[in-house]
Amino acid sequence: MRRSVFSASLLVMAVMSLGGTVRGPRSFVASAQEKAASTAEVKIDNFVFGPTAITVPVGTTVTWINRDDIPHTVVSTEKVFKSKVLDTDEKFSYTFTKAGEYPYFCSIHPKMTGKVIVQ
Amino acid sequence: MAGSTKDEILHDHNHDGIDRRGFLKCMAWAGTGALCVMQGGVLKSYSLSRPSEMNPEDLKGELSFVQISDSHMGFNKPANPDVAVTLQAAVDKINALSRPPEFLLHTGDISHLSKPEEFDTVEQILKSASAKDVFYVPGEHDVLNDDGKQYHERFAKGTPNGGWYSFEKKGVHFVGLVNVMNLKAGGLGTLGHEQLEWLEKDVKHLKSSTPIVVFAHIPLWAVYPEWGWGTEDSAEALAYLKKFGSVTVLNGHIHQIMQKVEGNVTFHTACSTAFPQPKPGEAPSPGPMKVPAEQLRSALGITDVNYVSGKHALAVVDSTLA
Repeated sequence: MRRSVFSASLLVMAVMSLGGTVRGPRSFVASAQEKAASTAEVKIDNFVFGPTAITVPVGTTVTWINRDDIPHTVVSTEKVFKSKVLDTDEKFSYTFTKAGEYPYFCSIHPKMTGKVIVQ
Repeated sequence: MAGSTKDEILHDHNHDGIDRRGFLKCMAWAGTGALCVMQGGVLKSYSLSRPSEMNPEDLKGELSFVQISDSHMGFNKPANPDVAVTLQAAVDKINALSRPPEFLLHTGDISHLSKPEEFDTVEQILKSASAKDVFYVPGEHDVLNDDGKQYHERFAKGTPNGGWYSFEKKGVHFVGLVNVMNLKAGGLGTLGHEQLEWLEKDVKHLKSSTPIVVFAHIPLWAVYPEWGWGTEDSAEALAYLKKFGSVTVLNGHIHQIMQKVEGNVTFHTACSTAFPQPKPGEAPSPGPMKVPAEQLRSALGITDVNYVSGKHALAVVDSTLA
């Protein structure tokens, strides 16, 4: 019983020190976060934009990639961006520099809709 | 359907000359290759696998034409790696008909990606058809990237504005409509005010005994709105055609045969010459449906339409490529 408690506390201490390492220098973590958030991906497949709604920080470049076996387009309903027709494996990217909500759809199959929320 | 029995009206509950039970039976057979021929309100059906039962007399008339659709030239995925070959097979089938049709109607998605070479290839292949005149309406795949400029240049020169038009053949009035432009997010096919106003004027002074054939890419009835298989303002178009005794609507887009009768209007969708699509709701999405290679040709097809003067309805006969 005492042995397992001892092992458990050792484990907790190990986890805490590990956590401490990760929580390390703030600036390093902050820039790592910024880098990770500057791109996002939306996969188009089976007549669906996946994920249908994404939330990203200002400055993010969103890349849509068509994995469907039929062409699609990415067209903003407010005419902010418009891709050319994307065949299978083709991509379209747009960098969102202003906060707001950006609903879009596929102009070939208008029932396909999605949204990018930029905060 | 056994031996040489032909279906006739047994139950005419609505007194409109249509035996719905017979018609529904026929619709179930459409997937396996049944010919449904409507003549003067009497439904006759023949199994495609027993062509000897088809009486060529029944299919005679003063006017016949063939509808082809959804050639998707440029598509090359597993559902059909060679759509040029299957389009040629459709043309061969047309050329083998006992009576050469007067012309062809192509109800859209001529190309897959609106590329010039794709349009070129289709025009080239259709040049070998026994019918030299081809009338087109665009599908959504034909108006990509350039708002339909290229389509208009090639197939709708001289038509007013958006590419819709009408013409007469042997007393039958044909109307080609465009319902694939300016599609709105979350929406269906759309005709728009300008086109609807044009249509109203176009048919206003025709005698109500004039047979009307309307052809457009996306179905003019709500086949399956969840998949965009419908036209949001088609009711207004159909209202302008209410006075006519015989209206046939020919559509494409859904890559399978479906029929519906509503009063004097018969709606008919055609097979694709490129690839089949799933029945409404039977797949997660309406994309190209893969079938075993040996079954592909029986899932593709052409539609032969015959007009016999004096009869109210047009005889519409579908045949598969196999």
